[in-house]
Amino acid sequence: MRPELLLARSCLTEARRSALPWLALGLLGAALALASFLSQVAVTESRELQAAVAAAVLRAGAAFLLAAHVAASIVREANDKVLELALALPLSRSRYYAGKVCGFGAIGFALASACTLPMLLWSPAGSAMLWGASLGFELLLVAAAGLFFSVTLAGVVPAIVSTVGLYFLARSIAGIQLLAHGPLVDESWAQAAARGAVDAVAMLLPRLDAVTRSDWLLYGAPTAADFWAAIGALLIYTALLCAAGLFDFHRRNL
Amino acid sequence: MRADQRPLGAVPAWLWASLATSLAVQITIQALRPPPATSASDLPPAPRTAALRAASVGEPAAIARLAMLYLQAFDLGAGNARPYQQLDFKVLAGWLQAILDTDPRSGYPLFAAARIYAEVDDPARCRAMLDFVHQAFLADPNRRWPWLAHAALLAKHRLHDLPLARRYAADLQRLTSAPDVPLWAKQMEIFILEDMNELEAAKIMLGGLLHSGRLQDPAERRFLEQRLQEMEDRLSSKSRQ
Repeated sequence: MRPELLLARSCLTEARRSALPWLALGLLGAALALASFLSQVAVTESRELQAAVAAAVLRAGAAFLLAAHVAASIVREANDKVLELALALPLSRSRYYAGKVCGFGAIGFALASACTLPMLLWSPAGSAMLWGASLGFELLLVAAAGLFFSVTLAGVVPAIVSTVGLYFLARSIAGIQLLAHGPLVDESWAQAAARGAVDAVAMLLPRLDAVTRSDWLLYGAPTAADFWAAIGALLIYTALLCAAGLFDFHRRNL
Repeated sequence: MRADQRPLGAVPAWLWASLATSLAVQITIQALRPPPATSASDLPPAPRTAALRAASVGEPAAIARLAMLYLQAFDLGAGNARPYQQLDFKVLAGWLQAILDTDPRSGYPLFAAARIYAEVDDPARCRAMLDFVHQAFLADPNRRWPWLAHAALLAKHRLHDLPLARRYAADLQRLTSAPDVPLWAKQMEIFILEDMNELEAAKIMLGGLLHSGRLQDPAERRFLEQRLQEMEDRLSSKSRQ
């Protein structure tokens, strides 16, 4: 078997033996409980409310679980000198990094599959499947971001905070841009500079508000063109994160 | 018991006592606190749509519905016999508009405006909500006609303002073009002019909505049936007097 695939399989085995499956089950239970509680107080659109809230909780929860798992795994490997042992074998740094991306990405897709199952309760199967596939690609990006920050910052807390920060900033940047360009904004020099800064930051971020949308579950699936355009943008950013992570990994003196 | 843990007996007695005491104090303090309640004056100014969107972190559909649940809790205490009478309806309309702008395809803000807030026993407040429903209808007539139809009924039977009811009915007739709009809605003006009481009209409307398949949500169906029952009770008690 190719070394990348061996590394990916070891990532999956590690995840299976860790607390991650139980945490994922807990997340599913919490999302279902919250959704059914809120549906009791809604006077209309109770099904839509359950789908939207459960989707939002599962999406954010899955991203956080994966980011924390990636950071803990990579930092533990570095501390236990497993990384040095692996690189002492006939295995290039690029192949090691690719194996890790594949492994953590596969965990992301497994989490996305688990999160899609409850969505089938409230949404048509086609819409739920597209939402789940999109979540899988989104979690692949989170895995790549988690790996990049773990390799670069070499600490669990800084890596988790940076990954989660990037994730939520990418999800809210469209709203922040709306605020910055809103009709109530005055035309002062400081405001123009702030607007420019927000636009510049937006150029460096993926548009996570365009993927895994709960609208798809509520009002129908997007067109194939819209879906693949959004996923394509995600994959491009994932490639950018991998390249940046590898760049830093190759420069590191172990 | 896990191998890396010592038995419970290894914990000193003073630690057991302090754990039990602090837990008991925490539960006692929380039990003595009054249940949280929101009064009408607690309703903060409506947020800007852009702010609501930014706060949604890419989940506008979820934040719009959660904001509706938050909004409907104001001035609705368990012992409140006249809910929503103290709310500032200008602020309320601002909230509803911001929520509607956040998720324009959601019917929740319009449902709440037409079926909950517009039914308060205050003509000025009712008028404010009907105006909100009408403005929202003008932005998307083919999706939002059921709420304007209800607004027309309220204008006729609650406000006794036939010109307003006819204006709404005429707009409904003129601006809707979708094939799923039922005939009774397209002929709303005749429906308004007919000499029928509020209960008869509401029954026809509710029956029509159920028949058209638009009313699928069990909570909404339950709510509307309960409203119909209340209306029946009110009219039968009036006729007995």
